[in-house]
Amino acid sequence: MTQASSRRDLLKGAVLGAVAIAPGLTLIAPAAQARPAGSAASAANRWGLLIDTSKCDAGCTACVDACKTEMGLPALDRPATDAQYIRKVDVKDPKTGHQHSLPVMCQHCAKPPCVDVCPTGASMKRADGIVLVDRHICIGCRYCMMACPYKARSFAHEDQSNQKAHNPRGKGCVEGCTLCVHRIDAGGRPACVEACADTGRAAMIFGDLNDANSEISRRLSKQASSRIRADLGLDPAIRYQGI
Amino acid sequence: MGMRVVMLALLLVLMPWQGARAAEAGPQFPKAQGQCVEDAGTMRRHHFDFLKHQRDDTMREGIRGAKHSLKDCVSCHAAHKDGKAVPVNAPGQFCAACHDYAAVSVGCFTCHATTPGEGKP
Ligand code: SF4
Ligand code: SF4
Repeated sequence: MTQASSRRDLLKGAVLGAVAIAPGLTLIAPAAQARPAGSAASAANRWGLLIDTSKCDAGCTACVDACKTEMGLPALDRPATDAQYIRKVDVKDPKTGHQHSLPVMCQHCAKPPCVDVCPTGASMKRADGIVLVDRHICIGCRYCMMACPYKARSFAHEDQSNQKAHNPRGKGCVEGCTLCVHRIDAGGRPACVEACADTGRAAMIFGDLNDANSEISRRLSKQASSRIRADLGLDPAIRYQGI
Repeated sequence: MGMRVVMLALLLVLMPWQGARAAEAGPQFPKAQGQCVEDAGTMRRHHFDFLKHQRDDTMREGIRGAKHSLKDCVSCHAAHKDGKAVPVNAPGQFCAACHDYAAVSVGCFTCHATTPGEGKP
């Protein structure tokens, strides 16, 4: 297949991807393209999420469940130590009684304290802003878990089996949300975002914060949004509405 | 002197047998399904360097699709039994057979999948 025709097919796919799933509700496939083989992640992109908590309710755990399946995280029924890349946090304003529920995962900070404290260089930020643990050199000291103000990282306490090919994980290493880097590199969007869209709520959108024409950037330029603990100045790539 | 002759004679008698045994022995493992990305000699000598080099490129730079991929080793070398893939680190399988023979303990499979990934290797 030539370069031109594969690009045309991709564009065609993107148009077909805009499917009306219910009257008045349109699901738009992400315009993102797979990065060509052999090319590195680039600082021209900064991947992020916009989460509208008004569309998210306390009973729904679609994103959490999808993450566990996608990343091959076993449910050992030991909540204190089970690996968790994303969790639902229910909050209530004690003055007004207003409640809401928000998914919280690694916020992919532009100035990540987990990277600052890591003694080995395992905790790292990729050029496109995705914060990862290089488990090849992680010594399991857990400094990063202590440093992360969002409680975003987990530690694998036990020997693991049946790992997913795209998410190698093992005992003695720290791990966290990768923003589904394996999907992003292939031109897709994170599993949680997809699962949320499948419920019809579509509370999360994924995109490139550096691309002024992306859906996420267009919405952020027009609508108010906030970041959790913005006062810390870590410049997270996860934005919220409704909190 | 007499002792030496006996020893030499013994050695000569035993040698051909020893030689045959050495050819038979050595790691035995299932055949790969495809063509390797390098010739076998280069792979035997350098596979760990290739894998380590690419792991850093992929993990830290995000470079995908290069040819020395552990995922590809697994997808090509995993044997199948009763329609299911056999883990490459199971005794006698591709990775384990040689590493056990050479008494090398590898860390790859405490984390990495030992059977091909669903659909996309
Ligand atoms: S949320 Fe925590 S783990 Fe994620 S980049 Fe920020 S400090 Fe690091
Ligand atoms: S646990 Fe691993 S990633 Fe975290 S600070 Fe220690 S070496 Fe770095």
